[in-house]
Amino acid sequence: MSDELVKVARAGKAYTRGKQKVSIFEGLDMRIEKGAFLAIMGPSGSGKTTLLNMLGGVDRPTSGEILFQGKRVDNLSESALAAFRAGHVGFIFQFYNLMPMLTAQQNVELPLLLTRLSKKQRRDRAAAALEIVGLSDRAKHKPAELSGGQQQRVAIARAIVSDPELILADEPTGDLDRETANEVLTVLQELNRLHGKTIVMVTHDAEAARYAKKTLHLDKGVFVEKGLNS
Amino acid sequence: MTSWGLIVKNLFRRKLRTFLTVFAIFIAFLIFGVLSAFQKTLTEPPQGPSATRLVVTNKVNFTQPLPISYVERVKAVKNAGIVSHMSWFGGYYQEPRNFVVSFGVDPETYVAIYSELALSDAEKQAFIKDRTGMLVGKKLADMYGWKVGDTVPLKSSIFRQKDGSDAWDFKVSGIFTNTEEENGDQYVVFHYDYFNESRSFGRDAIGQIVVQTRDPAQNDATAREIDEMFVNSGAETETRTEAAFAASFAAQLGDIGFIVTAVVGAAFVTILLIAGNTMMLTVRERTGEIAVLKTIGFTARRIFAMILTESFILALLGGLLGVGFAYVALGLLGGMGGGFLGAVKLTPSILITAFILMALLGFLTGFLPAWRAMRTDIITAFARK
Ligand SMILES: Nc1ncnc2c1ncn2[C@@H]1O[C@H](COP(=O)(O)OP(=O)(O)OP(=O)(O)O)[C@@H](O)[C@H]1O
Ligand SMILES: [Mg+2]
Repeated sequence: MSDELVKVARAGKAYTRGKQKVSIFEGLDMRIEKGAFLAIMGPSGSGKTTLLNMLGGVDRPTSGEILFQGKRVDNLSESALAAFRAGHVGFIFQFYNLMPMLTAQQNVELPLLLTRLSKKQRRDRAAAALEIVGLSDRAKHKPAELSGGQQQRVAIARAIVSDPELILADEPTGDLDRETANEVLTVLQELNRLHGKTIVMVTHDAEAARYAKKTLHLDKGVFVEKGLNS
Repeated sequence: MTSWGLIVKNLFRRKLRTFLTVFAIFIAFLIFGVLSAFQKTLTEPPQGPSATRLVVTNKVNFTQPLPISYVERVKAVKNAGIVSHMSWFGGYYQEPRNFVVSFGVDPETYVAIYSELALSDAEKQAFIKDRTGMLVGKKLADMYGWKVGDTVPLKSSIFRQKDGSDAWDFKVSGIFTNTEEENGDQYVVFHYDYFNESRSFGRDAIGQIVVQTRDPAQNDATAREIDEMFVNSGAETETRTEAAFAASFAAQLGDIGFIVTAVVGAAFVTILLIAGNTMMLTVRERTGEIAVLKTIGFTARRIFAMILTESFILALLGGLLGVGFAYVALGLLGGMGGGFLGAVKLTPSILITAFILMALLGFLTGFLPAWRAMRTDIITAFARK
């Protein structure tokens, strides 16, 4: 119990499309241990993004519960959810989603605007995060002046800068070539191994999933476990 | 990186668009500042008018002349006490921008009727005796440094002398203040005869007749009597009390006030649409980014405040520049124009109104986009990409 970070209990998600009710999954159970590096695979439309959004407090299940460190988060108010995301979750997107008018350093600092840290502390922390992803020398560059892989590493720095317990990545290498993808995946792996970050990564790429410690296959609303990664 | 820095960076990421928006707001406030200042000056009540003196003007319009022969006929009216007359000269000193309110008058009756003008008997006598004599209001005398005894050439923007010259030499006989009205000393009067004999056209025409009645209670009947006297003649008249005449004059200026309000109003509605549309466009373009900020943990309230602050900065920037330029422009104009234009200023009440308008503009243009931004749904925003 002590090393359980997230628990999904009998969670269901359904949309009503007109008069029709479309269920994406029902009664889904899931446990994410502290220090896990989990890959989630599955066909398009199987609900991977939806699940990730629920884990991160972006979306709510229509039934069941989501617990983070033993406390329910699915019934929090909008502003409490925002505070929860700011404090506990780091997000990495397929298309990096950096602010084009801000430098790498400034992009990484963004989440820290929501903290009580001083200007100098914010700068130092952002620099440290950029150091971890190996981009200290690109701190002053704007996203347009960085390659895709570099942009994604800046996005990773942004996701870890406020030291969240959980990192969620939705197809983080979906837009990158093999070699660059491997670089980014190596960074994630190091975060997990060296810094003890819990990571949940959605991917379509079996090779990417190999960087995780464990892969879950989501299909037709249920998990099909295919064993540990080598 | 600060929250403030993020707002400023957002504001200036599309420099041309921001510049154009600020420029549009700038123009609106420049128009507002300058026109309000003029309106304020123009619609201030003119000379302390008398409720008892009657003014006889041409019925068509007070700028149309009357034959001088009318004066004698008005004198024959039973209730008429002192009867005088005045004619607009359209004068200026040295250069057209040094506009001088100036009238040719009948000297004896003029000083008799306008008892509120503070003049010594010696000055009055000097004025009456000297054919080229002129009485000067103290404000004007101070402005141009005229002293009693000086010869002042005034030019007319309307009339010419028979020899083709447009300047008349006048000798300052006296300097007056107005005991009844603070700004009632910004004009000059001189002998109508001197001016009338030498002008090349418009001879023997006058602008208006002023009647001091014996019994002011009979004024209405007297006014009717005068007008009836001239019915079906070459120039029909309209006789009113001086106060009523001033009020109708102010009413015409009031129309100008309405036009000013309409122009400023139209400018603001236009700016409201331009700036509001720009803000809306900006927010729509940034939907994805706003969704990212929300995902990171920025609250809806914070996002609302960010966008509203942006629109306030735009309004304040354009507004302050506009009002600042209006101030400078009016200062330059006053410096050039002397008397009348010097009085056209940005008063505190205009400045306060300007600030209220800036705040209103900021709020109105920012509220809807900020609301929209605040309501951005993360999931649908990402699904749309
Ligand atoms: N707002 C919505 N309204 C209705 N249906 C939705 C909505 N959002 C998602 N869905 C449906 O839910 C299902 C799961 O979507 P989701 O994005 O989680 O799939 P996914 O596994 O991430 O797919 P992909 O691999 O293509 O990213 C899809 O069938 C989708 O059409
Ligand atoms: Mg997806």
